[in-house]
Amino acid sequence: MSKVIVVTSGKGGVGKTTSSAAISAGLAMRGHKTVVIDFDVGLRNLDMIMGCERRVVFDFINVIQGDAKLKQALIKDRRLENLFVLPTSQTRDKDALTKEGVKAVLDELREEFDYIICDSPAGIERGAHLAMYYADEAVVVTNPEVSSVRDSDRVLGLLNSKTFHAEKGEGAVKSQLLLTRFDPQRSASGEMMSVEDVLEILAIPLLGIIPESTTVLKASNEGTPVSLDEKSPAGKAYIDAVGRLVGEQIEMRVNPAERRGFLQRLLGRTA
Amino acid sequence: MFGFSFRPRKNGSAQTAKERLQILLAHERAGGTSPDFLPTLQREILEVVRRHMEIDGDAVDVKLERGAELSSLEINIELPSGSKPAAQKSN
Repeated sequence: MSKVIVVTSGKGGVGKTTSSAAISAGLAMRGHKTVVIDFDVGLRNLDMIMGCERRVVFDFINVIQGDAKLKQALIKDRRLENLFVLPTSQTRDKDALTKEGVKAVLDELREEFDYIICDSPAGIERGAHLAMYYADEAVVVTNPEVSSVRDSDRVLGLLNSKTFHAEKGEGAVKSQLLLTRFDPQRSASGEMMSVEDVLEILAIPLLGIIPESTTVLKASNEGTPVSLDEKSPAGKAYIDAVGRLVGEQIEMRVNPAERRGFLQRLLGRTA
Repeated sequence: MFGFSFRPRKNGSAQTAKERLQILLAHERAGGTSPDFLPTLQREILEVVRRHMEIDGDAVDVKLERGAELSSLEINIELPSGSKPAAQKSN
């Protein structure tokens, strides 16, 4: 059975597109047939992060408006057999995205794909609303920073009330927290909220902790999903998060360099 | 719990961030978002007071302070030095 998962946050710039790309690539690496859809009409960016920007011909809006077949708009990833990208439109106005249109496309995708990842735009307007509307699950991307946590809380409220499942009384969309740009050292020194602080406030299960890492910018520069860089701390963290997303029990861990640094500080403090 | 996130040191600002969020979100979750009834409240108070006294249109000041334990609604009505009862009340 296929699953529609929205990657959302409210606040912009916290890592929704990076996470959508990394999660969808991670799912495909595990053999699941996966498609990732860009819902940010007018500000197309998922194509760049996925490295397929030069192969975009038709887009999501073309499909909704009947100007192109879904098969024509789907871009097959060159690295991963099971991965496809559905880019968004860059020019047309946001009203082109309709509830009926989104439903029709998702229904057609459900017939063929195991996972459908919806990369939400920032904000809580039309695009963000429609990205979450038909979701079965949600990944709420949050930075350990006050405005991001506040916006995530707002988005969680919408996930619990303004989605198809919620409106039908079929219960809330299962929402999990993906804490990104986390810096263990700054958190340990009290400069940054801890994982527990954010969990206590938002009160949802933790899907993963993505450490602040230079490899994220490198991956975006190169158009490679971070999870394909299995050596980087962020790549590993995304791979673990994907494992949890498909139901595996994986211990929350930090990369060795950061753990050693912490122990040193701990020893320094107690001595 | 995760090996790297013991209670932050007291001098850090993370604790402040957490406390501010806890207070704010408790209010936002309970009553929607911002108290958008405040402008209406201010206008209505002004109307009521004006039935009895002559005051300026900007004499009523409404402030809301949201705290962890309790919130306070502060209403300040500024009266001009020579304020007198409104005409229809001076019979």
